[in-house]
Amino acid sequence: MTEMVEPLTASVTVAGVNARLRRRYAVDRWFRALGVSAIVAALTFLILLLGTIIGQGYTAFAQSQIRLAITFDAAILDPDGRGDPAVLGTADYGRLIRQSLETLFPDATERAQRRELSRLMSPGADLELRGMLLADPSLMGRTEEIWLPTSSPVDQLVKGHTGRTAEEGGQFTDGELRRIDRLRSDGRLAARFNKWLFTQGDSRQPELAGLAGAVVGSFYSLLVTVLLSFPLGVAAAVYLEEFARQSRWTDIVEVNINNLAAVPSIVFGLLGLEIFLNVLGLPRSAPLVGGLALTLVSLPTIIIAARVALKAVPPWVREAALALGASRLQMVTHHVLPLAMPGILTGTIIGMARAVGETAPLLMIGMVAFVVNVPATPVDPATALPVQIYLWAASPERGFVERTSAAIIVLLCFLAVMNAAAIYLRKRYERRWG
Amino acid sequence: MSNSDGEPVASAKIKVVARDVNVFYSDKHALKAVNLDVRANEVTALIGPSGCGKSTFLRCLNRMNDLIDGARVTGTIAIDQQDIYLKDLDVVQLRARVGMVFQKPNPFPKSIFDNVAYGPRIHGLAGTGAELEEIVVTSLKRAGLFEEVKDRLNEAGTGLSGGQQQRLCIARAIAVSPEVILMDEPCSALDPIATAKVEELIDELRQNYTIIVVTHSMQQAARVSQRTAFFHLGELVEVGDTEQIFTNPNHKLTQGYITGRFG
Amino acid sequence: MTEHTVRSYDEELSHLNNLIARMGGIAEAQLDASIQALIRRNSEQAGKIIAADAKVDDMEHEVHAFTVRLLALRQPVAHDLRFIVGALKVSGDLERIADYAANVAKRALVLNQLPPVPPMAAVPRLGRLVQEILKDVLDAYVDQNQEKALRVWKRDEEVDDMYTGLFRELITYMMEDPRNITPCIHLMFIAKNIERIGDHATNIAETIHYLVNGTPLLDARPKGTSVLPEPPPAGEGN
Repeated sequence: MTEMVEPLTASVTVAGVNARLRRRYAVDRWFRALGVSAIVAALTFLILLLGTIIGQGYTAFAQSQIRLAITFDAAILDPDGRGDPAVLGTADYGRLIRQSLETLFPDATERAQRRELSRLMSPGADLELRGMLLADPSLMGRTEEIWLPTSSPVDQLVKGHTGRTAEEGGQFTDGELRRIDRLRSDGRLAARFNKWLFTQGDSRQPELAGLAGAVVGSFYSLLVTVLLSFPLGVAAAVYLEEFARQSRWTDIVEVNINNLAAVPSIVFGLLGLEIFLNVLGLPRSAPLVGGLALTLVSLPTIIIAARVALKAVPPWVREAALALGASRLQMVTHHVLPLAMPGILTGTIIGMARAVGETAPLLMIGMVAFVVNVPATPVDPATALPVQIYLWAASPERGFVERTSAAIIVLLCFLAVMNAAAIYLRKRYERRWG
Repeated sequence: MSNSDGEPVASAKIKVVARDVNVFYSDKHALKAVNLDVRANEVTALIGPSGCGKSTFLRCLNRMNDLIDGARVTGTIAIDQQDIYLKDLDVVQLRARVGMVFQKPNPFPKSIFDNVAYGPRIHGLAGTGAELEEIVVTSLKRAGLFEEVKDRLNEAGTGLSGGQQQRLCIARAIAVSPEVILMDEPCSALDPIATAKVEELIDELRQNYTIIVVTHSMQQAARVSQRTAFFHLGELVEVGDTEQIFTNPNHKLTQGYITGRFG
Repeated sequence: MTEHTVRSYDEELSHLNNLIARMGGIAEAQLDASIQALIRRNSEQAGKIIAADAKVDDMEHEVHAFTVRLLALRQPVAHDLRFIVGALKVSGDLERIADYAANVAKRALVLNQLPPVPPMAAVPRLGRLVQEILKDVLDAYVDQNQEKALRVWKRDEEVDDMYTGLFRELITYMMEDPRNITPCIHLMFIAKNIERIGDHATNIAETIHYLVNGTPLLDARPKGTSVLPEPPPAGEGN
């Protein structure tokens, strides 16, 4: 085209158009900058949060331990020599530790010094020895070099969380500090991997407090939740989407489900308390009941996610199946559900992730109790990970601070694993659409 | 309004008879007192502007309208003198007798074999695996697709080209041995070559099936059909031999529509 | 008829219509001029007519090319299809009409070299009748008026009658005086040409009927008295 196109109106000039174009690009750039800064802000907060938690919590994965030569003296542990577990279970293992320490520090002869010696060790160290002997009776009479947990103050000192002198917040006498230094220079005192964190239940002693009870409790609760809420949620969603005729009745159900998803979870806790504990008489503090309460919490989320996934299945799939003479159920099970499955699974796992982090309903049904034993079945008393975090965060001991963060790290890992599972399942089920 | 009512058709067998068919979607009167005879082993084209009721009528014939909330059908539709709107009639059986092919090629996201085998499987048409395979191969051959896909029956049906997908859908429909095949704009998503292949196929299938095809392409109606019915605003305006409709339509509306004189 | 949604299609159809109308106008003028040249013994005018015939041929080619283009690009149906096919046929008829008019002019050139003969007056009468018919049929075409076309179609009888009368008159003159034979034979061919023009006008009338109604004009055309013997009534079953 060689001819110039006449502008539509006199006011439209090339310069004016160019100026407006520049303004439009400027607004564009502004908006992009805004978006980038929002993401940067979000990332900063995330890094700050993770950094704090990991910075505070990583030390909890290690525990100061002292290597002692322990002689499993039959004369002390089993005077009758019959190997009766009841006798072995109540024997004085603390004396083995005291004997070993006194051999290491023969100069500690006074009562006060001896008390100082036993303050080095965790009050639960003897339980460790008992567990070893009960697991392996052949230890009787032998002498073994065994790493045993120190008391929490020693642990904090070794990790550098507290100072040595009284001015720095230290609580040790000069004698104690000397002994600790000697143990360290002998290689008998070191921070080693904290296996108790993963094998023990809760404890009043920070150095012995573990997450096993909470993890297993959470696992059982989640198991109950998955087993109940997935089939129930999918069935409800399939019925509402594929079978129910649109009517006032289904509208009411839909509105109510959407409302339920927004109800504060503590309300579900109250409901669980009333129905499961008071009416049905189920055991208090049990993961079974926790799982039931969490089912109530996650069910609306799962129903909504499943309905969205079903809605996203293109209508022609249904038409094609029905036009071939498939019944409605065949249409759903052969075609619609397989196509909706990635979405449903993603929704379910997001619902589960929400449930695993839920505290309020568990508080109401008593899963906040102090439980030392790791639950063996879903009806044993237990706590859950978020409740454990709450409990430890509320504990005054210095040793619980790092453990709280460690518990948070474990919970985050739990969530990360679940999300990874969601992505994996979605990728596996995802089909290419024609 | 139609000119074929009561007109004696001596030679051709009538397959589908629609009498005074009305369809309501909630309070919308979508199809108004339609009377139409469809002859066996012929291709009948339904033409008309969008929303004229031609697809609605098509969907009455295999009762796909039942699926729409608030849809109501009155009047009678009979296939081989059997009323398909009787209370105790089995819709699943009806849909095995009346196959359907859709606007967009819609193979299931499964293998080519499973796509064709799905209908025979759910209706239990094959006793053994060998029988099923025979049905699948025959159907693919009839749909003119076998030679193109015989080496990849286990690959996804969605991986085929658009035209192949549509022929796969036709193979899927004829695998349950229907008597009538309904096609709802079967070529609207296809390129001209694929369209030509499907049109050729429609012409061949006429030997064994009664075909009713909804189309927006007047040329297509002219090419593939023996009879053409023109719908407008829910009414059947005119039905007649395709040749007559396209050279000398009786009704002014038909004339206006096919010559492109109104939207 | 209402307009097409695609406006350029309407423009093309009206262009075709204009071509036919112009072609009809020229054919009409050629016929008129050839009769004038005959009456006035004007050889110069006759020469112009013969030269102008090429123009009508060109126009026929133009109509052909244009209809083929329309058929290919617009895929016309129903009335549009009949209109375009009709235009093709009418252009053929008009080309023949112009050809006959040129033939008349050629024979007028020859007659101008010969002494005038008395039946000279009867031929222009036939010419004017056919001219009228041609004018009416072209009007009917432009208006797409099938009643008018039907009236034209029926008037062909008059042409036949007049032509038969003229035929007898010319034979009488030739029998009277053999010197009349040469001019009379030329006049006879001129009359025949004009009668053929009437037949083509009738064809156009039939085409108009088809393109308006979509059905051919089936009833037997009213035939006037013929110079030929009646064919045997036995049905040959065509």
